[in-house]
Amino acid sequence: MKNLNLKIEKLAFLFIALFTIYYSPSAIYGQVAVKGETVYTMNGEAIKNGVILTNNGKITAVGSAASIAIPQGYKIIEAKVVTPGLIDAHSVIGLAGYLNQPHDQMQVENSSPIQPELRAIDAYNPEEKLIEWVRSLGVTTIHTGHAPAALVSGQMMIAKTIGKTVEDAVLIPTSMIAVTLGNDAIVSGGGSPGTRAKQASMLRAVLIKAQESVRKTEDAKKDKKTKTTSTNSDSDSADKRDNSPNVSNPNSMLKNPPTPAFQDESENKMTTSPSNDLRNAEMEKVIRREIPLLITAHKAIDIMTALRIAKEFNIRIALDGVSEAHLVMDEIIRSGFPVIVHPTMYRAGGDTESLSMETASKLMKAGIPVALQSGYETYVPKTRVVLFEAGQTVAYGLNLSEALSTITINAAKVLGLEKRIGSIEVGKDADFALYDGDPFEYVTHCVGTIINGKVVSEIVR
Amino acid sequence: MNKSFCSFFLLLVFVFFAPAQEMRTAYVGAKIIPIIGSPIENGFLLVHKGKIIQVGNADGINFTADTRIVDLKGKVIMPGLVDSHSHIGEVAGADGSGPIQPEIRTLDSINPRASSIQRAQAGGITTVNIMPGSGHLDSGQTLYIKLHDNANTIEDLLIYDKDGKYMGGIKFANGTNSIRSSGGKFPGTRAKSAALVREQFIKAQEYRDKVKKAGNDKGKMPTRDLAMETLVEVLEGKRVVHHHTHRHDDIMTVLRLKKEFGFRLVLQHVSEAWKVADEIAAAKVPASIIMIDSPGGKLETTDIKWENGSALEKAGALVGFHTDDYITDSRLFLRSAGFGVRSGMSRDKALYGMTMANAVMLDLQDRIGSLEKGKDADFIVLSGDPLSIYTNVEQTFVDGKKVFDRSDAKDYLIAVGGYGAGNDRLVHISCFDGDLGGNE
Repeated sequence: MKNLNLKIEKLAFLFIALFTIYYSPSAIYGQVAVKGETVYTMNGEAIKNGVILTNNGKITAVGSAASIAIPQGYKIIEAKVVTPGLIDAHSVIGLAGYLNQPHDQMQVENSSPIQPELRAIDAYNPEEKLIEWVRSLGVTTIHTGHAPAALVSGQMMIAKTIGKTVEDAVLIPTSMIAVTLGNDAIVSGGGSPGTRAKQASMLRAVLIKAQESVRKTEDAKKDKKTKTTSTNSDSDSADKRDNSPNVSNPNSMLKNPPTPAFQDESENKMTTSPSNDLRNAEMEKVIRREIPLLITAHKAIDIMTALRIAKEFNIRIALDGVSEAHLVMDEIIRSGFPVIVHPTMYRAGGDTESLSMETASKLMKAGIPVALQSGYETYVPKTRVVLFEAGQTVAYGLNLSEALSTITINAAKVLGLEKRIGSIEVGKDADFALYDGDPFEYVTHCVGTIINGKVVSEIVR
Repeated sequence: MNKSFCSFFLLLVFVFFAPAQEMRTAYVGAKIIPIIGSPIENGFLLVHKGKIIQVGNADGINFTADTRIVDLKGKVIMPGLVDSHSHIGEVAGADGSGPIQPEIRTLDSINPRASSIQRAQAGGITTVNIMPGSGHLDSGQTLYIKLHDNANTIEDLLIYDKDGKYMGGIKFANGTNSIRSSGGKFPGTRAKSAALVREQFIKAQEYRDKVKKAGNDKGKMPTRDLAMETLVEVLEGKRVVHHHTHRHDDIMTVLRLKKEFGFRLVLQHVSEAWKVADEIAAAKVPASIIMIDSPGGKLETTDIKWENGSALEKAGALVGFHTDDYITDSRLFLRSAGFGVRSGMSRDKALYGMTMANAVMLDLQDRIGSLEKGKDADFIVLSGDPLSIYTNVEQTFVDGKKVFDRSDAKDYLIAVGGYGAGNDRLVHISCFDGDLGGNE
């Protein structure tokens, strides 16, 4: 891999000019062939002189140029290096804007510390400049939403970095609910939660409330079915409980493979609580294991609180941040929960004081397929870029392929979208990032970004 | 107790290792990027008493018997990095009592044991311009320091000029950071900001003239005024103005003030430099820029570009980089050059911008910033190309003394982070846990 990197570096300049696009009127969702001198599929070894055929936004063939003939009429796009479209497993952009003025900061609402009913889709600005920025560096999918700045700050969503409306962009409208433990969610001036213990008790209280209403709903169903002399009521509710999707794969965070925007609402309706309490209704979904909590916890004590609460309520969580993962490595491994590690170059201070640029590599070496994130920034830079955060992990222990996995296939797994994005395989979305050399090197450029088979960025950056 | 113990220990070291202290050290086999002059494959760097004695190609060279040889084959050596704008050392400047406080010395506020100073060493930084903040039109005097190891007091880090005076500049700012809507003594608009600064400089001119007129007659001397004394230093070119400025119109305002009062100037941040690069070059004013992962975060940096470096280079301006630590991490300072080249700078100018350009901005071009005979032995050992994301800083030397070694467990902790990495350095017992073998 080292040799490969060196070669890529040496050749980079020669091939800057190689990226060429032959326009054809049938570009949108049409038939496109992407050629790369090196294609990192994230599904086995990288392919030298690779060819990817796409049709209608999906990948239809992947292989070496020798094995795949490009049919006539295909638009051909060439680049030195091709990777899957990058996935940022935790961001706030779209809700948080680059101006950093009150009117474009929609990532946290402070009237109450627990607001799971706040939908990311109602606050997402698909035309935000920061989305264009990360797209121009190869990021095609973001997990974005409410910031790790309140105990339960609101919902997260998964979107492609395209679209004029959120409806165009969104893959999963409610992917997770953002929970934060530790200093960043402590309220000053006598408000609650004012301590860590209070945070845990408040979170447990809303989960207990939801647990009780779920139980009542199930009991009511049973009663109804008993009254109507249904014979299979027991197996029915048992099915419901067994419907948890992550039994076989703890990394599969979502109940169903993604469907086009909002189509899974019918599914939501099926399980929506009779309660009119929006807040409780969202927490009921957590209790029913339909939606995981995204728990941002940096200090070891907060990580342990997250695991303790997940166990108590048998809920699904994704561990996020985990600056002190190195102190409770065994506990994290045993929990089996997916981990979204803090940005490699995150600032150390407060709860993140003990973070390490090796957190991702240490967890990966321990067998946990971590995802990386751009995180939450309140000032300058307003967002980090996962491309560079992942690249930096190579200087701190990972190899290129492992580092790339943290922002492609591993991120897809953490988001439950591994059947649709995160690698270059037949049947998956035609999302690619194109580079004129080693994608991680500072002196390399992203020369194009493709989403759903369509070129969405041609900026050389 | 600790101190006397250490002094005793150091005395022992001096007595027993005195000959070793006199030894020359040759760092041999690395690729040397001297910044002034072409890169040297299989180079050697000969160091004696904290100074560079010789730099060259090691092919066929025989060193004298009293030379200690350090094999650095496969490594890259370049000058210690110079950071022309940083906030390490828990620095604080002016308070809320007024917008212009030239009398404030950052010297009086820096913690020489701060972990941020060690992190800068881990990033290969050897000289720093520590600046107070930008919430004032003038938040006080800046301080140029060398990142020696185990400083007990700030005096251990100072750099002295040929008159024996410690060196530093003065921080000015314009734009929104120093504008306060609450009003009071602080400006509410850009025009007011400029007017307040002009007013003070005009006062300083009058103060200077009074002092000059008084000559040796103490009776005619004006009452001592610390603020005015400092601004007179600025007017006389003894103290460089490091001016925080982002927007193109604010940059032009700074150039206008410079023209009016004739002070020496370094533009800091200059986020919209790409819009007025020709004007900056024509004014012959150096620019110290910052590389940020994304634009925005505040209104004045929405138009910041990685292309600032290349625009300034093409226009012919002197361009350097800075960390603005805590805005960017000193340990990752080398990224700046990488982004510069990514966005069109030449490799040479990008590396010059990490070292020599900043030395010029701090009036230290004769002492640091390049690997040349007679200069301070401030250099870094890298695992590979300085522009590569995969390269680590392995060792940092200041005045020939090793201040950072990635193979040392404590230094490694500082370089990568982890439990305890943020703790301030515990002194003074650590005075002898440096690597004696690596010292001059």
